[in-house]
Amino acid sequence: MAVKKLPLPEEELIDPGHVGCLGCGGCHAMRYTLKATGPRTIISIPACCWAVMPGVYPNTCFNIPHINTAFEVTGASISGIRAALDARGKKDITVMGWAGDGGTADIGIQALSGMVERGTKAMYVMYDNEAYMNTGIQRSSATPTGAWTTTTQVGVVRDYKRAPKKNMVEIMVAHGIPYTATANIAWPRDLIAKVKKAMAVEGPSFIHIFAPCPTGWRYPPDKTLEIAKQATLAKVFPLYEVENGVYSVKTFKKEADIGEYMMRQGRFRHLTQEEIDSISKNVLLWHDKLLKLELMTKEE
Amino acid sequence: MAKMDKDVRPEYRDWRDIPLTPICNFSTIHGNPTGSWRTFKPIVDVETCTGCSLCWQNCPDNAIFWVEDHPEIRYTHCKGCGICANECPVDAIEMELEVKV
Amino acid sequence: MSTKKVITGNYTAAYGALLCRAEVVPAYPITPQTTVVEKIAEFVATGEMESQYIKVESEHSAMAACISAALTGVRTFTATSAHGLVLMHEMLHWAAGARTPVVMANINRALAPPWSVWADHTDSMSQRDTGWLQFYCSSNQEVLDTIIMAYKVCEQPDIMLPAMVNLDAFILSHTSEVVEVPDREEVDAFLPQFDPEQILDVDDPKSFGTLAFPHSWFMEWRYKIQHAHDLAAKRLVEEARGFEKHFGRPWGGLIEEYRSRDAETILVTMSTIASTTKDVVDDLRDKGRKVGLVRPRVFRPFPRSDLREALVHAKAVGVADRSHTFGYEGPLFTEVKGAMYGADRRPPMVGFTVGIGGRDVLDTTIVGLFDRLDQVADGEEGKEVTWIDLIGPEAEVD
Repeated sequence: MAVKKLPLPEEELIDPGHVGCLGCGGCHAMRYTLKATGPRTIISIPACCWAVMPGVYPNTCFNIPHINTAFEVTGASISGIRAALDARGKKDITVMGWAGDGGTADIGIQALSGMVERGTKAMYVMYDNEAYMNTGIQRSSATPTGAWTTTTQVGVVRDYKRAPKKNMVEIMVAHGIPYTATANIAWPRDLIAKVKKAMAVEGPSFIHIFAPCPTGWRYPPDKTLEIAKQATLAKVFPLYEVENGVYSVKTFKKEADIGEYMMRQGRFRHLTQEEIDSISKNVLLWHDKLLKLELMTKEE
Repeated sequence: MAKMDKDVRPEYRDWRDIPLTPICNFSTIHGNPTGSWRTFKPIVDVETCTGCSLCWQNCPDNAIFWVEDHPEIRYTHCKGCGICANECPVDAIEMELEVKV
Repeated sequence: MSTKKVITGNYTAAYGALLCRAEVVPAYPITPQTTVVEKIAEFVATGEMESQYIKVESEHSAMAACISAALTGVRTFTATSAHGLVLMHEMLHWAAGARTPVVMANINRALAPPWSVWADHTDSMSQRDTGWLQFYCSSNQEVLDTIIMAYKVCEQPDIMLPAMVNLDAFILSHTSEVVEVPDREEVDAFLPQFDPEQILDVDDPKSFGTLAFPHSWFMEWRYKIQHAHDLAAKRLVEEARGFEKHFGRPWGGLIEEYRSRDAETILVTMSTIASTTKDVVDDLRDKGRKVGLVRPRVFRPFPRSDLREALVHAKAVGVADRSHTFGYEGPLFTEVKGAMYGADRRPPMVGFTVGIGGRDVLDTTIVGLFDRLDQVADGEEGKEVTWIDLIGPEAEVD
């Protein structure tokens, strides 16, 4: 049955011709987010894949005002933009910081923390491809346990990334942020609804978008959405939101196998069954804890 | 080969004409047709297509037009990633090896 | 109508931000700048100043917020000192490259280790490559007037560069002087609202700061910054005439020449060492010595031709730096020497590194410098660079 009305907002605010890799999940993230925010949006982007993707001078793929900034400053940049708009009484404009996992969880965490603590009315989106992809796949604190990256190579020592993935949404909850959520490009309507919720907050909001990267995760580019779906169904990337401290977790009837999810990506293929089992255990522990947090915070 | 800015803005003679800083409003639609990146080309079988629009939703490059009830590929920009073909529930899109002359 | 107030350099800087109607002030506290931002906070709280005061979590973020706010089309102001300034270093380059006319008061203070809060120019001197205009003030009145002049010149559409107004830690920042403070209407009439053409605007979307290839305009964008500095040097002089007409007192030019036109020995120095030097010059002149002072008020754009003209006749020139570029010499000395390279005549010149870490530069110290210049004028052999008031003799390294 042909659709009578397209299921997502039709307006496209990024033009084709950007230089994203084939199958880039970050592209989906941007395309869907801008469908939610609409044209009255100012976007601030630090060093990351999306700094380069709009193209080289004089080209741009954006149909919204866009500023490139230094790597660590996204939180400060959007604070400055919002203050300037307030100073001139310009209303109904979404101010959005758009940064990668490295530029958020590592070098950008101070500025993000400051922006949230000050109660700035701005939306911060971290699109997460789980490493410093723009500079060639180096590990970030958002790289999951078990992953190969160019700075956590396997070799004989098996120096793959050991540390757990830094949980930015929980860090935001600890700031008392009014709204924060995870989103997945494989669930575009959910992503769009969450962005719209974030836009409506009279204060800071933080959205963590799961954005698989064929180049860095080592899988064929046509599988991006499949892998994205699998991550959430395997509970590796749970979908949840926290509104004023109250957790809501999306649960699914369909399940996926963590081992399968990991083994189809070259970055995990070195793992033994024992290592996968250990990672699995931690994934399920956290998912359990989330469900408990939901019960606890909904009761209050 | 990246276009020299002079090709795009022939009226810029030299440093006196360029803006103060790199300020861009020249769309990549015209400025960077990424269709040249392709190795595989998506071909849509409109007869098989059910009009679900998943391909249009899923294209990371905004390289699919939705025309009434079926997709049309924007070949000037399609990079041939294959997501549309992979996600199509009825296999109405085939990725064909593109032979470039 | 202006009022005479007895206020510290820091409060003066805050009045500068108030009178110039700075719309967004992102700032972070650091000794001895703190009273600038505290005063601004007071102005905002009493409603005297309608400003968005962002209490940023670091100086690096302060400058980042200034840049983004300026590109959204508003007048920005901030203040810092020493470590705050050097923490901002990355963003200072960015502010100039992005052509944002941010005005910043910098309280010149020494860098650690060891910790020191006292006057020293290493902080701002180490930022002289960033493309910012740099002013060095020798009185609180000059701080206020320079902030006004900085906005006036830097916001012009073919200048659009950030400016740093430097004042010495404690000697100006915490010392009260008489300052004629104009009222708002007077300043409004001289300084219109900031209204730049290219801004982040939802009704006219553009991308700022994108990637540029080597062959396509990067070098030209940098050349434009140099060109803007050349223009700024002229505009400062032009607008200074307008300033004097409007406010009834001179701002001055790129340099100040104090009894130097007929001097035999001239000391070149800046900020409060220069203000002390004026008293020393008067005393020595009374005793019949033909001494003079040349004070660069503007360090960037560097006043090359003004200095050449002012120094070419001297029998000896000394340059006193309140900082030192390790591995070489005082930066002001290097640059003044460089300026004289193309002059019709190159007077003998020596450099003095003084007042480092806030070591007091007394009038007796400066008399000693003029004594040394007498020796230089007489052709006596001596060191090219001397560390003044150093405890212990300087070492010779063979």
